[in-house]
Amino acid sequence: MLGFYFDQSACNGCKACSMACQDKHDLPVGVQWRRIYEYTGGTWSVDGATATPNIFTYYTSISCNHCDNPVCVEVCPTTAMHRDDDGVVSVDPDKCIGCRYCEWVCSYSAPQFNPDKGIMTKCDLCADYRAEGQNPACVDACPSRALDWGPIDELRAQYGDASGIAPLPNPEVTKPNLVITPHKKAQSWDEGTGSVANQTSEM
Amino acid sequence: MSVGAMSRRTFNKWAGAVAGTTALVGAAGWESRHAATPAAADGLASADRTVWNACIVNCGSRCPLRVQVKSVDGEDRVVRLLPDNTGDDELMTRNIKACVRGRNMRERLYSPDRIKYPMKRKEGTKRGDGEWEQISWDEAATLFAEKLKGVYEKYGPEAVHRMYGSGTWNSHINYKVMWRLLNAAGGQLMYYGNYSFSQLHTANKYHYGEYGESPSNSFEDSIENSKLLVLWGNNPQETRMSGGGALFTSLAASRKEGLKIIVIDPIHSDTAALLADEWIALRPGSDAALVAGIVHVLLENDLHDQKFLDKYCVGFDEKHMPDGVPKNLSYRSYIEGKGADGVEKTPEWAAEITGVPADTIRELALELGNTSPVNITQGWGLQRQANGEANCRAVYTLAAVLGQIGIPGGGNGGRDGYFWPLSESLPDLADDNTTEAQISCFGWLDAIQFGSTMTETQDGIRGVEKLSTDLKFLVAMGSNVLQSQHADVQQVREILKDESKLEFLVYIDNQFTRSAEMADLVLPDCTQFERWDLVPSEYTGDMTYLLMCEPAVEPLYESMSGYDMCALIADKLGIKDKYTEGRSLQEWTEHLYELSRESIPDLPSFEEFRKQGVHRYYSPDGLTVSMKDFRKDPKANKLETPSGLIEIFSKDLYEMDKTWTFRNKRKGDRIAALPEFIDTWEGPLEASAGGKYPIQLIGHHFKGRTHSTYANLPHSKALHPQVLWINSSDAAERGIKHGDMVEVFNDRGRVHIPARVTPRIRPGVASLPQGAWFNFEEKKGIDTGGAVNTLSSLHPAPLAKGGAQHTSLAQIKKVED
Repeated sequence: MLGFYFDQSACNGCKACSMACQDKHDLPVGVQWRRIYEYTGGTWSVDGATATPNIFTYYTSISCNHCDNPVCVEVCPTTAMHRDDDGVVSVDPDKCIGCRYCEWVCSYSAPQFNPDKGIMTKCDLCADYRAEGQNPACVDACPSRALDWGPIDELRAQYGDASGIAPLPNPEVTKPNLVITPHKKAQSWDEGTGSVANQTSEM
Repeated sequence: MSVGAMSRRTFNKWAGAVAGTTALVGAAGWESRHAATPAAADGLASADRTVWNACIVNCGSRCPLRVQVKSVDGEDRVVRLLPDNTGDDELMTRNIKACVRGRNMRERLYSPDRIKYPMKRKEGTKRGDGEWEQISWDEAATLFAEKLKGVYEKYGPEAVHRMYGSGTWNSHINYKVMWRLLNAAGGQLMYYGNYSFSQLHTANKYHYGEYGESPSNSFEDSIENSKLLVLWGNNPQETRMSGGGALFTSLAASRKEGLKIIVIDPIHSDTAALLADEWIALRPGSDAALVAGIVHVLLENDLHDQKFLDKYCVGFDEKHMPDGVPKNLSYRSYIEGKGADGVEKTPEWAAEITGVPADTIRELALELGNTSPVNITQGWGLQRQANGEANCRAVYTLAAVLGQIGIPGGGNGGRDGYFWPLSESLPDLADDNTTEAQISCFGWLDAIQFGSTMTETQDGIRGVEKLSTDLKFLVAMGSNVLQSQHADVQQVREILKDESKLEFLVYIDNQFTRSAEMADLVLPDCTQFERWDLVPSEYTGDMTYLLMCEPAVEPLYESMSGYDMCALIADKLGIKDKYTEGRSLQEWTEHLYELSRESIPDLPSFEEFRKQGVHRYYSPDGLTVSMKDFRKDPKANKLETPSGLIEIFSKDLYEMDKTWTFRNKRKGDRIAALPEFIDTWEGPLEASAGGKYPIQLIGHHFKGRTHSTYANLPHSKALHPQVLWINSSDAAERGIKHGDMVEVFNDRGRVHIPARVTPRIRPGVASLPQGAWFNFEEKKGIDTGGAVNTLSSLHPAPLAKGGAQHTSLAQIKKVED
């Protein structure tokens, strides 16, 4: 099963990965197969003229996690959303009717409705590039070298198995094929004290 | 994961490369990565060709882009961009991967905002009315030439100016084309300094002896040798996001065992969020006070390096003062309260100004004093203040007090160091300029209004004692400074509208910016994707490089390269041969490349370079240790200061303070001989006193764009929308919630923009990230673009006469529907 690796301890939230994805797939504005969440929390203690921060911020770059339990596939009324033998979840454009159930059910916002095409679209780990021995565009784009991909077993052997980092949901629900090296101030999915700081328009 | 790990093996490999080995791009380190960029990754299989080009914005980096071109309906189109694949993930041979900005260059190429053909302001309309008439290139070049000749005849060369603007110039040829033309044609008023670091540029002359920058040790040197790295207002994770530049090297520094990183910044920048072991959040404009508080603690604990100060510096204590100045003017006297103000600069004193608790200042000072080597690197935000000259010198002074200057792992308090490129630029024919006169880069608007009254001791005129004329002919090339990046944009707009002052304004760019609206003649430059050039690295640490810039497609519409349009104008002026020297743009590119091969080792043939795209090279002296020769022998390697030493007290500045006068003098307008805290107009003390405008408004550099480049593009704006950063408690006081539309206002203007309510900025401080395009709704008097300069002041810093755009007070309120 194929999956992604993300090094949260390297990511500055620049979003070159998302831009490279949009460039590679000619995606219109607002269709973001890869999204970057800023998660921020903490407080200031103010004492007269002085103030002391206790603040944390980290980013999470997420595409599709090609889950072992892909709820998007489960709810699809037309079988357009399907999972291939290598674990990659993709949309059959000839079958998709654009009902957007998959978008609604996915906790990671991976399926993205393309209004130009009237159907769902999503990350397929750059299937064409993979077929030619290339990396997905996002992986090669990252200036901070925060992304990797490959068979999930190998990724877990190399990078560990963390994936339940706030603001991501409980990984037990969909079993994402995702491995994260957490930021030093990262919080567990069920103990997050921060909030997603992105503007609504960025989502 | 081993991003940028400088293993001994890597370092040796790199050192070997310096010695002349050609195997720079090795496979070392790749095996540790699952997915290093395959060297053969060639993107779109059906592309007709892939050519090397680059992102050339002024972030201080520069990134190569592999541009894929395909014929679509019989027309060549750029269809995809690919990242650098000529290096690897090791520190000294790193791939120079473009960030989110450069990755959107395709949208910039095909933007509907492209200027498509030459245009002149419609007859009978006023400047800024926005009505245009399309004209031919022949007519445009003739118009330019005739107006220029007229101004030369009537007013002379000091009335002609190519203003600051970095939008299209970060390449060896396009950078110089307009200066070359104007020098060849009869001369021009030049400027000194730059919008990036004006105050530091001038203050540096009086402290370290040279106009410009005196950079500190490089991040690479810190990785190898430092115990502590201080990023003082230095934010490489957002300002210099190239994967081949400071983003990469600073990240690598954070991963070095035993190297602690402290970030000092009013904002919890991404550098603070990602790299810092400790974040100190001071008030903007209070940096010199923080340094004074730190030095007080160092003296109290005898942690200062007296031997270094005695041998290498002037003005630290009373025993080391220049002749002919009264007692108690030394920095130590200032700290100990023996100076004119009689105030001891205790941490408690500093806490009231900086907003940093006294105990935190003590701990910071003790850590600095007990750790060596320490590299303190400053960014350029703290000097973009009304007291910026003193702020940047204060950080320099701290490096001296700690004795860290000129040693491996240490630093001089400047920005992180680099090896400057050796490649050659188009000659600008400066020797042909018929005037020596210079204004501050920020002074062009003053020169339009009252140039003929501008003098050395009031306006910082250099080269002559006073200007002979007002400015009459202005060229803005790749410069959205006119209507977004200069201060107080509305005021600028009004001044430019007065056609009795400025007689002719030419705007040249590839995007129709807000600045273009104010022009009399608009000329369409092509982008770098449509022309030949050579692109050097800039502030990319100890890995220096040259990039190929080959046209991917023919110039779109009627656009033309800067070089070709200047050649056309030169023809109308009768100086074409002088301008071109018989070379086409491509021939100049090849010529400059051949010249560069004389100084850069192992640079291949031009044809080979077209295929290779990127050439990395390194200083023969190894990693950058700033001022190491001076440290070794200060007598043999004197600085260019009057004493030949580091001047913590500058007698030159002391004397200038007696003779310089100020237009519309405001609080803090004086020339300080010491790097002391100066309480200025709209500074931290005025803010904390409350009043009509209690919020210190700054405009930090932002990830979505470099200055105003890329700021108009929908994909860029969607990923990084313009918002006001406001602290959660300030927002709560005003009933403002995350995402609410707010009005930011002061007596200079009003901005409407959504709020980003966040703890990532100090209470009492807000930031409207700089570079958003001014979008003025004239009838309402509101800027809905979110240009921070709608609210900043035209009042320049006292010595450098540069913009003080982070010194600004404002109020914020919710916009009710």
